[in-house]
Amino acid sequence: MSVEINLKVNGEAVSATVEPRTLLVDFLRRHLQLTGTHVGCDTSQCGACVIHFNGASAKSCTLLAAQADGAEITTVEGLAADGNLHPMQEAFREHHGLQCGFCTPGMLMSALDLVQRDADPDEATVRHWLEGNICRCTGYQNIVTSIQAGARAMAKEGS
Amino acid sequence: MSEQGIGASVRRTEDQRFLTGRATYTDDINRPGQKYAYILRSPLPHARIKSLDVSAAQAAPGVVAVFTGADMVADGVGGLPCGWLVHSEDGSPMVEPPHMPLVTDRVRHVGDQVAVVIADSYFAARDAAELIEPDYEELDSVASLGAALADGAPLVWDEAPGNRSFHWGLGDKAATEAAFSSAHHVARLELVNQRLVANAMEPRCYLAEYEPASQQYTLYTTSQNPHVIRLLMGAYVLAIPEHKLRVVAPDVGGGFGSKIYHYAEEAIVTWASRKLSLPVKWTAERTESFVSDAQGRDHVSHAELALDKDGQFLGLRVSTQANLGAYLSTFGSCVPTYLYGTLMAGVYRTPAIYVDVQGVFSNTVPVDAYRGAGRPEASYLLERLVDHAARDLGMDPVELRQRNLIPADAFPYQTPVALEYDNGNYQATLAAALEQADYAGFEARREAAKARGMLRGIGVSCYIEGCGIAPSQVAGALGARAGLFEVGTVRVNPTGSVTVLTGSHSHGQGHETTLAQLVVEALGVPLESVEVVHGDTAQIPFGMGTYGSRSLAVGGVALQHALNKVVDKSRKIAAHLLEAAADDVEFKDGNFVVAGTDRSLGFGDVALAAYVPHNYPHEELEPGLEETAFYDPKNFTFPAGCHICEVEIDPETGVTQVVDYTVVDDFGRVINPMIVEGQVHGGLAQGIGQALLERCVYDEEGQLITGSYVDYCMPRADDLPSFNVSTEKTLCTHNILGVKGCGEAGTIGSPPTVINAVINALSPLGVTDMAMPATPERVWQAIRAATRH
Repeated sequence: MSVEINLKVNGEAVSATVEPRTLLVDFLRRHLQLTGTHVGCDTSQCGACVIHFNGASAKSCTLLAAQADGAEITTVEGLAADGNLHPMQEAFREHHGLQCGFCTPGMLMSALDLVQRDADPDEATVRHWLEGNICRCTGYQNIVTSIQAGARAMAKEGS
Repeated sequence: MSEQGIGASVRRTEDQRFLTGRATYTDDINRPGQKYAYILRSPLPHARIKSLDVSAAQAAPGVVAVFTGADMVADGVGGLPCGWLVHSEDGSPMVEPPHMPLVTDRVRHVGDQVAVVIADSYFAARDAAELIEPDYEELDSVASLGAALADGAPLVWDEAPGNRSFHWGLGDKAATEAAFSSAHHVARLELVNQRLVANAMEPRCYLAEYEPASQQYTLYTTSQNPHVIRLLMGAYVLAIPEHKLRVVAPDVGGGFGSKIYHYAEEAIVTWASRKLSLPVKWTAERTESFVSDAQGRDHVSHAELALDKDGQFLGLRVSTQANLGAYLSTFGSCVPTYLYGTLMAGVYRTPAIYVDVQGVFSNTVPVDAYRGAGRPEASYLLERLVDHAARDLGMDPVELRQRNLIPADAFPYQTPVALEYDNGNYQATLAAALEQADYAGFEARREAAKARGMLRGIGVSCYIEGCGIAPSQVAGALGARAGLFEVGTVRVNPTGSVTVLTGSHSHGQGHETTLAQLVVEALGVPLESVEVVHGDTAQIPFGMGTYGSRSLAVGGVALQHALNKVVDKSRKIAAHLLEAAADDVEFKDGNFVVAGTDRSLGFGDVALAAYVPHNYPHEELEPGLEETAFYDPKNFTFPAGCHICEVEIDPETGVTQVVDYTVVDDFGRVINPMIVEGQVHGGLAQGIGQALLERCVYDEEGQLITGSYVDYCMPRADDLPSFNVSTEKTLCTHNILGVKGCGEAGTIGSPPTVINAVINALSPLGVTDMAMPATPERVWQAIRAATRH
């Protein structure tokens, strides 16, 4: 048994036939080779798989690919335009907001959703927002700094 | 200091690929015709397999093959080796049971590997595995140290009576007894160092590909040390000659020790790829990681400190039980012995020390190194005990430490537990931390918190660690079965760019930047002209990998030796071209200059001349400009420092918040301060995690209770504060960079600091002890118990 889905991923129309039980994250990684979105757990806790689903952050391990029929998906691969880092990516680089990099795509996608809701989040707000994203390397301090700096840079650029 | 050389906070060159989703982790790699492996694991802690019928699984749709332990044994596959032979006090070698990749007769922990299904898709393999129904005869099991060491306890291994692998000792027992008999006071403490799970964010993953025509194997693996895996798996398990086995550890998403070891699944997929002549991939689900990644800590200790009337330490006596799990993992035997007992002097001049450790089997996942590996356990014990002694004596715990610190002029300092500290200044790190944390002003903050209804406490600890995990000769004499040097190659390309090949492996530490900074400093080339290659046995001459904070202290120093060779050779080439004596040629800022003249030559010109040797000193030098150094250190390195933590506890809920955290570390010379700070932050998060949140729990039989992130409490962003991190500097005296290593320090110093702070906060109520993790429930119970009477 299989289902046909039509969706937009990083602005491009995608059509595919998948097993109904295929998770969205596996669809992105295996069918579309968008391997920037990661799988770090199997209980929707770690946030390594966070993408944007119709503009809002979502854990792609908790969605079926079939649920994305008709949706617009953005993954970490869709952030850098014309080879230039997005201001949030640049802030992570500048403030050493990543070490092994495995949680980073999810952190970026979560951070960008936060900034949509709060253009200048304070430290406590950022820390609370990251409840669903686990990082084992950084101790979070530089991630928090990066997100605050990224938010300010985005405000400045009006992006 | 150049803008990109030693001492500069250069932004990481590797970040671009991680930030854009273009990194290559093992699970991102796929090979044509690849099949998927699913491992059937034991649901029971201990059982005999009476029968194992795999025929239904074999016939399931999409299944290529099903293999069991019998198939591997029939094929001559060997067991997973332990890398360190420990001897008991009586001279007998440790009990070292076999560790087959797939079990043959008995399962010994939940998660033990029973069979592997290989199929066209992951789903097909997993579905088919459900059709295997092993007939288990359940056996009695033991999970905790207490249960395993009880009289008449069920045996994990018939050949290990009392479930003991070894009973090891270190130090002068008689001198220690004498110290205690003359003591004015003896402080005593029972301590549990709870079991932890490393939980690198990237689950383990292996992809093996066998080429029948060339008989070449390639294994892509989430490993911290690909050459070690090649050695162990090739030589001990699968009998593959090294020239036919390429091991690649590409981008690896964190390790923290848990990706050092040679794991069963690596051997299973590699062997299966040969059996099937197909690429085979296995990726752990997080739930599998919890029952198959080697775990950390799990000690129960009794510790005693003898003091004279002035608070001088006279002797230390430690007796520890260390849970090894069901099998000896690669370094399972050395972590609770040589990486633990040897650190018992800490930063203090305790003249007599004796430590004994029982290594104990249980029906649990094997225990091995987790960030710090033995040294956090030593630090926790010692720094809790010092605070406890101060409380006994009514002394300020800082003053008691100050009275006993090894003086700054006493180096090199021989401890009573085998190590010789080369250099340090423990007074300086302590003094700097006290000032930065405003230790003197604490009582006012306690009062202010009290006015808000909060209990505020302060905790201090001074840590030291032995890093580098070398020299080979010493390690070998102590039982290591491998060398512990490191390798660096500097390949200067004809146009003057530089490729570095390092045996160290980066899984988050930023080696591609830090090591490139050494090249910038040595050769004067821009950072953009340097590429650091790691993690591929086909490209790199050899390597022992990354653990024990050794990448810079051993791998970086190896690279520096290779760089020095390049400079020496380049100088000779330049001298020839400049028609001067080599001794008269100076190398500065990337240019060779004849001293006292304006005649000079750029490094790039010399590189080109080495590869286009038309005008070249052929009698003296070979063409080309590539140098390799194997570096085996003379001693361990000894990073040390001071942690100060302030907590506030809500007596109504028992919730502890870390409100202030100060660290002053001495890492020797620092290459990239930004990266070093990041390493300390991460280490602190894991240490604070152990102190307040994390605990791996088995029930009495050995069923894992904390088998997911829902149950195992990982530190999250809002559990932690921002940290105040800085460094003092004494140089390592026995390596040419003066570096010591920084990767584990945060994890080593923080657990006792946090718990000392918690106890300090609760001490006005009369609380004198607190177990890790200091969960709200435990703290609340302690408050209730203390205030009830």
